[in-house]
Amino acid sequence: MSISLPALSAQLLVGLINGSFYALLSLGLAVIFGMLNIINFAHGALYMMGAFCAYFLLNIWGIGYWWALLIAPIIVGIFGMILERTMLKWLAGLDHLYGLLLTFGLALIIEGIFQNYFGSSGLPYAIPDQLRGGTNLGFMYLPIYRGWVVVFSLIVCFATWYLIERTRLGAYLRAATENPTLVRAFGVNVPRMITLTYGLGVGLAALAGVLSAPINQVRPLMGENIIIVVFAVVVIGGMGSIMGSIITGFALGVIEGLTKYFYPEASNTVVFVLMVLVLLVKPTGLTGRAA
Amino acid sequence: MTAMTDNAMPVTPRAIRDEMIVFAIMTLLLLIVPLTDLYPFFVMQALCCALLACAFNLLIGYGGLLSFGHAMFLGTGGYVTAHAAKVWGMPPEFGILVGVAASAVLGVVTGIVAIRRQGIYFAMITLALSQLIYFIYVEVPFTHGEDGIQGIPQGHLFGFLDLSKPTVLYYVVVANFLFGFLIVFRAINSPFGEVLKSIRENEQRAISLGYKTDQYKLLAFILSGTLAGFAGSLKVYVVQNASLSDVEVSMSGLIVLMTLVGGLGTVFGPVVGAFIIVATQQYLAGFGSWVTVIQGSIFVACVLLFRRGIVGEIAHFFRRSL
Repeated sequence: MSISLPALSAQLLVGLINGSFYALLSLGLAVIFGMLNIINFAHGALYMMGAFCAYFLLNIWGIGYWWALLIAPIIVGIFGMILERTMLKWLAGLDHLYGLLLTFGLALIIEGIFQNYFGSSGLPYAIPDQLRGGTNLGFMYLPIYRGWVVVFSLIVCFATWYLIERTRLGAYLRAATENPTLVRAFGVNVPRMITLTYGLGVGLAALAGVLSAPINQVRPLMGENIIIVVFAVVVIGGMGSIMGSIITGFALGVIEGLTKYFYPEASNTVVFVLMVLVLLVKPTGLTGRAA
Repeated sequence: MTAMTDNAMPVTPRAIRDEMIVFAIMTLLLLIVPLTDLYPFFVMQALCCALLACAFNLLIGYGGLLSFGHAMFLGTGGYVTAHAAKVWGMPPEFGILVGVAASAVLGVVTGIVAIRRQGIYFAMITLALSQLIYFIYVEVPFTHGEDGIQGIPQGHLFGFLDLSKPTVLYYVVVANFLFGFLIVFRAINSPFGEVLKSIRENEQRAISLGYKTDQYKLLAFILSGTLAGFAGSLKVYVVQNASLSDVEVSMSGLIVLMTLVGGLGTVFGPVVGAFIIVATQQYLAGFGSWVTVIQGSIFVACVLLFRRGIVGEIAHFFRRSL
């Protein structure tokens, strides 16, 4: 089989971009799970809300992409914090599965509402002027926006990692994950931290949504399938480690991209097949602590 | 473990007697449906969903395992039976048998993978597995992709029961449903069911008492998947088609919703829940995608306000186990 370098690198790039979204989403899931013990099924719906936020900002108030990158995650993050304060909070102490069921219901509501008003087709969102066009790297043509998504996601992922693993706030967060009662005894407002954590995780999902808007268009059901893939990513990587989520996310994106080139029929299923293999070999996941 | 077991009560001979009485009432009600104004097609659809929800409930209500991928069994039973009936020309009894066998095999294969993790991971794994199965059914030719398998002949069960006659079909579906229901009922009241409940309550303890819990969980998963496939096979003869919508994630969610509304871990809850959800789908069909919003709201309301579900609340009120 002769390998066409431009086609292969194009698929690799697509893989890296999907990997960025997987990484941002699974990172958010891991952070939320650590603090709230909830698997946030609404993550895909909130990712979609991020994209819609960018769309509204542009088409209603004329606020462009760069501000949307900041504002959309904040708006969706606040929305998430309201959800946490009004609903998720009441599940503390119950079986973790109730969190999954509740957020699944929320996802149905959010996606249903958007689907009612916007149907199932995609709304266009233009690439900002500064990131239009592309450069020829010799072996492939690189659209600048796509390169930007990968680089920017990496920066955000590592910033989140730094925040959690290297700052004082992150230390409180990790401590509260291990033993919330003890941390409360030290005078840290753990319930507020839980709310902020949910906001942070959700904000990351919204950010991924804004990044994806110019590439994948803005669709009410854009988060429906990706969230299941991200669940598989989380099972493969394990939710114990932040860095683990980032690396697994990018790696699986790349593997998916390679599959699109070598055996396109399996590109939808490769992540799930890998999940099965990992479970058979190492049930706790690659970075896994048992849970 | 906490509230997933809100409906857990020790099974006493008295409770079994209560359940027998309710079972008799349910059977009687089902038998007289053709004499009433109720639309038999609706009841048959609801019964298939009820069997599905009972199968699902066996795992979550008694084993504490939340499967978010039970649609894969429904779809597999449906597709295989549909193919057997239409392409291979098999009579219903063999069509159902082949469909059920296929779901049993799927149950073994997916069960071995899924039971390797517990709790929240188990839910995510079953969800991912069902998505894998979904994409396989999108690709393989025998399912006919988006079109599905249409116009499936109903045929004669055992050579003399003409399923194209509505009344005959109705009683055949009722008989099959009761058969499946009794299998679940027998399983949860057997020593096997008791071990399953002990795993739900405290798996470590069960292990320390010498039970190989993985084997019990796998067996429960296979049994549940097989019965869900049975529901799928049965549904083929009711709706006469098999399509991708039965394998979708939203279907898996619907199964969870039915059981949740009726009452997780109650014997009759899944049946009540299935009738309610199928009825909402029928009556709200005109609202288009608002149905999704309504179903999502029911989910949220159930989780936040009444986790025992309808039957669970009634049982709690009368201090019985139903």
